[in-house]
Amino acid sequence: MVERPDDPSTAAPRQELAVEVAGLHKWYGDFHVLHDINLNVLRGERIVICGPSGGGKSTLLRCINRLEDWQRGRIVVDGIELTEDPKRILAVRRDVGMVFQQFNLFPHLTVLENCTLAPIWVRHMPKREAEALAMTYLDRVKIPDQANKYPARLSGGQQQRVAIARALCMSPNIMLFDEPTSALDPEMVKEVLDTMVELAGDGITMLVVSHEMGFARQVADRVIFMDEGQIVEVNKPKEFFSHPQHERTRLFLKQILHLAGDSGALQPPVGEQPS
Amino acid sequence: MSAIGDQFLYVRGVPADRLPPPAARAGVLGWLRTNLFSSPANITLTLLCVLFIVWAVPPLLRFFLIDAVWSGADGDACLASPAQPQPGACWAFVRVWSSYFVYGFYPIGQRWRVDLFFLTLAFGIVWLLRLSAPRRDISACYFFIVLPILSFVLLHGAPLIGLSVVPTALWGGILVTVVVATIGMVFSLPLGILLALGRCSEMPVVRLFAVIFIEFVRGVPLITVLFMASVMLPLFVPEHLAPDKLIRALIGVALFASAYMAEVVRGGLIAVPRGQYEAARALGLGYWRMTGLVILPQALRVTLPNIVNTFIGLFKDTTLVFVVGIFDFLHAIEAARADPKWAAPTTTVTGYVFAGLFYFVCCYGMSRYARNVEARLTRSGRR
Repeated sequence: MVERPDDPSTAAPRQELAVEVAGLHKWYGDFHVLHDINLNVLRGERIVICGPSGGGKSTLLRCINRLEDWQRGRIVVDGIELTEDPKRILAVRRDVGMVFQQFNLFPHLTVLENCTLAPIWVRHMPKREAEALAMTYLDRVKIPDQANKYPARLSGGQQQRVAIARALCMSPNIMLFDEPTSALDPEMVKEVLDTMVELAGDGITMLVVSHEMGFARQVADRVIFMDEGQIVEVNKPKEFFSHPQHERTRLFLKQILHLAGDSGALQPPVGEQPS
Repeated sequence: MSAIGDQFLYVRGVPADRLPPPAARAGVLGWLRTNLFSSPANITLTLLCVLFIVWAVPPLLRFFLIDAVWSGADGDACLASPAQPQPGACWAFVRVWSSYFVYGFYPIGQRWRVDLFFLTLAFGIVWLLRLSAPRRDISACYFFIVLPILSFVLLHGAPLIGLSVVPTALWGGILVTVVVATIGMVFSLPLGILLALGRCSEMPVVRLFAVIFIEFVRGVPLITVLFMASVMLPLFVPEHLAPDKLIRALIGVALFASAYMAEVVRGGLIAVPRGQYEAARALGLGYWRMTGLVILPQALRVTLPNIVNTFIGLFKDTTLVFVVGIFDFLHAIEAARADPKWAAPTTTVTGYVFAGLFYFVCCYGMSRYARNVEARLTRSGRR
């Protein structure tokens, strides 16, 4: 409680908050996975969470739409406090889109059906309308021509873009990305990042667990570094990369920047559109 | 780089030609050589198999076709006589008794109702199972709602519309086998799915109930279940309230099959990756929609071979209803072969072979259908 991370949004009025996490603790058995997490996310804010694996990044993300439960603390999403109440949970999930590391497309449905499933059955949208909506989003992720294929026929990058379109079809206010590019072949990372950069331009609230430092630098409003279940550092991307405050952050950055092969530029900006 | 030497550096100047795949060794001879005579062991096996066929098939053909007796009024036709020193299978027996095998004691004047039932059922099955048939959504309504009512009216009768009541004690033969098997299959699948979902449920009470039911029913032989249904139930329920004997057996068969089906379906549920559950939940689907739209379609696809396997087992298990005095197809043959009029050494064999053929054709049909569906699913890459 004492070491509350430096959070520029603490003073912001309530309705400006998309996600409010306060004093969150979670244990898996005896293992303390999340340790006093306090985080306020403003509407339209884009946050990248990084840190070593096992640090609780994904777990935190999955708490926000209650795929995981927690033992202490509270989370408020879009003004709805998450409790055991299934109605609240469903209401939050309708409002929060999620993209997974392993895509998790439904293999027995076509790309189009994957996208229309939730609008039809959760939002009770007429089929035709849902299909039109799905096509606009498939258009935006640049794979309208694959609409009638089954996911298994698509490349990893295409599958992940379908997963993004599928989440967008529910018109969420908040998007959670759980290591969206970690399972992709290197040559497909860019197409997914491009899609996400474009999305960031639309002003949707984004929480991204990722090690794509180029993406963080280009898009994030704040970068959060998590280790051992705690938020170690929250900073603006520029500061985060040039003057990391915490010793642990410095070590982590040193390691992944070493892997990336250079110190500052990392990757070229990812904004350019593919043909 | 120069230290490596020129021979390790290479840049392709011209793209390599794409070659057609090598031609398979063509012709019958090529096929024989690769498949039957590729090695000494293979040659030995091939020869042994050929010898076995030569040894076994001609006598069977002779008995069942060449020397068989195809017509006759009674058992004398199938007895050895000077004209026919070694008579073969007594198909005349099957021919004469065939209507009994199909209908049992169903009143002769009312048998058109059974025929109509068979037709509507066959129509329903084809419509439901043919993947290319039109409007398969309606076909499910027809099969699961219209058909049961129609069948009941047809078979049992409805005095209101002039169909006299035929008590189930008169039903018999293939009719009973088909009714028991169809009801068993139609009820065991949904019940099994519910039980499997219960066993995977997060609610301890539901899970406990499902586990107890499944383990209890699976741990008891079907004969015991049938006996309990037909002998013990009347002890607890007053006579006039006790359901019909056939219905009791139907319930027994359906419950028994559903316990097995539950375990089969549970295997499929476990095979669906966790990510599928999470993705469905993250989209805001509730439990039933997640299960019905995302999880079950995948689970059932994986388990299709096992489901059909259970159905085939169930179909053959229907023969056990005879222990509670229900006159199924096999029982009809049993009764007919005891007829002194047809006392001939070959009638029993012929009757049993006929029964075997019937069960084989039905079960093989199911198995072929399942393989067809599997092949389609694999081809469309949905798995």
